[in-house]
Amino acid sequence: MIDKRVQTVAEALEGLKDGAVILLGGFGVVGQPQELLEGVIQASARDLTVVSNNAGSGSPMLPKLFGSGKVSKLICSFPRPTPPEFEELFKRGKIKLEVVPQGTIAERIRAAASGIPAFYTPTSVGTKLGEGKETREFDGRLYVMERALHADVALIQAWRADRWGNLTYRSAGRNFNPVMAMAAKLTVVQTRHMVELGELDPETIATPGIYVDRLVHIQSADPPPA
Amino acid sequence: MSATEAKPLSREDMAARLARDIPEGWYVNLGLGLPTLIPDYITPGREVVFHSENGILGMGPVPPKDAVDTWLINATKQNITLVPGASIFNQAESFAMIRGGHLDLCVLGAYEVAENGDIANWATSANDTLPAVGGAMDLAAGSRQLWALMEHTTKDGRPRLVQRCNYPLTASGVVKRVYTNLAVLDITQRGFEVLDMAPGLTFDALQSKTEAKLQMAARQ
Repeated sequence: MIDKRVQTVAEALEGLKDGAVILLGGFGVVGQPQELLEGVIQASARDLTVVSNNAGSGSPMLPKLFGSGKVSKLICSFPRPTPPEFEELFKRGKIKLEVVPQGTIAERIRAAASGIPAFYTPTSVGTKLGEGKETREFDGRLYVMERALHADVALIQAWRADRWGNLTYRSAGRNFNPVMAMAAKLTVVQTRHMVELGELDPETIATPGIYVDRLVHIQSADPPPA
Repeated sequence: MSATEAKPLSREDMAARLARDIPEGWYVNLGLGLPTLIPDYITPGREVVFHSENGILGMGPVPPKDAVDTWLINATKQNITLVPGASIFNQAESFAMIRGGHLDLCVLGAYEVAENGDIANWATSANDTLPAVGGAMDLAAGSRQLWALMEHTTKDGRPRLVQRCNYPLTASGVVKRVYTNLAVLDITQRGFEVLDMAPGLTFDALQSKTEAKLQMAARQ
């Protein structure tokens, strides 16, 4: 029997190692798995790299994770509004920031998930964020080469899940979650609802269970009003 | 001739002026700031589909406070609604849509636009330590048409329509049209071509507030 369910967040995050690269689902706070983040704060792993579109933006737990001193690098597209916890560490040189155009983050993750080591994008050509990167001309236009972004762990917020790890998402809570779920060595999901196998309409499954390793059922709160 | 006799457009009038020029049926992404005012001025019944980079086509207006779905946000992270016919997809697909040239139009705010179509709208200096780019570079590089909606000058009167951008670039050679509080201008091989001016404004007065050399457009 295939059963990816675990009982606790601690079990879901077991094996999280120092130096791990973590893909964190969500756009701002919507679709961001708060309880899994809380679990990372409580885990012992340090020197983490977090890949997240934002540095905080209303998130209850991400600023606390920065505050715990366990994150040494943030890869994101929009670190504003910047939580004080991040800014303070950043000013002291205790945390690195890599700003990447949002579509490039998404595509680097998708490439890692899809067996594509690198790709060319028109985004950032001729800008500060394209500096020092290999460029190549195709059909008269310049493109920047970007590498796949591989990760050790993905932390995902689903709406419904079955024990095989098939997932659906709620509304705009989908965002980075499906692509991140595909790209990590270990994909850990917190789901608002756990349903019986066969209950999810196959046509509405946004993440097939093949990508998912561990599932924890958490009746988490809705995102706060923006 | 002084521009003080002229009546610059309000922010709302600027958005309304631009909204008038969006054809029915277009798929449109709106950047942060001024462009978010545009949907209010699309004539009801005219079908223009708004894209939000976080994976939404068919973004509708902000809901009343007692009917907010907190799972539904736009790029600015405001709670929004969906119109009938809306769809939701993931971030990689959203940006495939953007870079793949599927959007008819993107409207961005800008610090500066240059006569060669360069746009600077994400960082205010090369030394900005916490720059935030979001989707701006993807939108600028990938949309079929890029229009800028912006004040013609800074608060202290410095021109924002320039020969070459001073601020860090978002993308090169991509802006096709600029809507400001003083004028509507196309960017062509000849540089900025003035299509329309605020009531009471003369060409010379407009030129005096613009660093780049202006041309009158042949078609007006």
